[in-house]
Amino acid sequence: MNCESCGTDDVTPMAPLPVAIPLITAAILAGLRSVLPRRVSFWIALAAAAATLACCVDLLHASRGGTLVYWFGNWQPRHGVALAISFAVDPIGAGLATLVSLLAITGMIFASRYFDTVGTLFHTLLLAFMGAMCGFALTGDIFNLFVFFELMSAAAYALAGYKTEDPAPVQGALNFAITNTIGAYFVLVGIGLIYAHTGALNMAQIARTLDAEPASPLVIAAFTLIVSGFLVKAAIVPFHYWLADAHTVAPTPVCLLFSGVMVELGLYAAARVYWSIFAGTLGHASALRAMIVGAGCATALVGAGMCWSERNLKRLLAFLR
Amino acid sequence: MSHFPYGVAAWLFLVGLYGIVTSRNLVHLVISLAVLQSSTYILLLGVGYRTGAVAPIFATIPPSTPAVDPVVQALVLTDIVVEVTVVALILALVVQVHKRHGTIDPDELRKLRD
Repeated sequence: MNCESCGTDDVTPMAPLPVAIPLITAAILAGLRSVLPRRVSFWIALAAAAATLACCVDLLHASRGGTLVYWFGNWQPRHGVALAISFAVDPIGAGLATLVSLLAITGMIFASRYFDTVGTLFHTLLLAFMGAMCGFALTGDIFNLFVFFELMSAAAYALAGYKTEDPAPVQGALNFAITNTIGAYFVLVGIGLIYAHTGALNMAQIARTLDAEPASPLVIAAFTLIVSGFLVKAAIVPFHYWLADAHTVAPTPVCLLFSGVMVELGLYAAARVYWSIFAGTLGHASALRAMIVGAGCATALVGAGMCWSERNLKRLLAFLR
Repeated sequence: MSHFPYGVAAWLFLVGLYGIVTSRNLVHLVISLAVLQSSTYILLLGVGYRTGAVAPIFATIPPSTPAVDPVVQALVLTDIVVEVTVVALILALVVQVHKRHGTIDPDELRKLRD
């Protein structure tokens, strides 16, 4: 990981735009939804998503040389202590944000044909979902990671249960919401423990504090809680039950984003937290690797097994992923 | 500082989880979720507490006065906002479930689906 908490050289003003554009547009669309015609709001949402895509591509291009760091309010760290919230843009994060905005555009275009009447609220939710996922992929602050995680989840619950006139979506969304919310609280407790131990929320600064000492039981407990929380989102066995329910009932354009990127973001977050915070202090413990590989294999096997007994095409696809 | 607040936080977390797992009523389940969430408030506030310290408002006191950690208080505030959103959303879904199925017992809902 590059020196996030001491970098003053590579500051990019583009970094917050992939979050700001969708969220501001979503707020405007929600506010004006009674006056704007449906076509107009569709085009506004599409333009916002396209602008986000352009920013993400630019960030991806710029981050090839190394991690870009953006400090909100230009509060640079003093004496190695980071006070402000930062965005740390590495090529993987920027690449995921690009994928998010690309899939969101595809989802919007698909939705305009998929629904008989696609409401403005759908675009608002989709934009909020997209902005939160971009922020989740780009942030360099661990509490910020939790906030974007919850924002993305809340938008996702609403999108999964979007077709409230049918009974099944509401139930699937409910399962999805409860399981993922519990996961999010696991993450939050882990973050609380880490903050208690290091007094920092910036990932690079936490890593620097932790690297200086051998791993204590508290750090291991925090790591376990955070990673389990994110693996719930990633639907790794034994946390996979919600996935088929949510994916089956969600409107297909939303499924595109769920399967395409949201679930992967859970895996990404687990990897990100490990590599940027805990890798130095926990080491590449072979037991840890065996556990993750084991869970991955179990997920693949259970997924394949469930496919065998499944008749619903969308459920089958859900297990396949 | 004593470890008492951490014990309370762990207790609330487990009680909330138990409530969610054994719940026979979706509204009860959502409230259990809120109980689980409230354990995180206590954990965070317990982390920032310092014995004998004052509130972190430095308008009238000298800046060197020991104060409790303001960061965790900001985190708890954010946490509360997040919880309100999620609980409101899930309760709205529960209302919809009741409208469609006429029941909010998770076991009966599962039977209806199969």
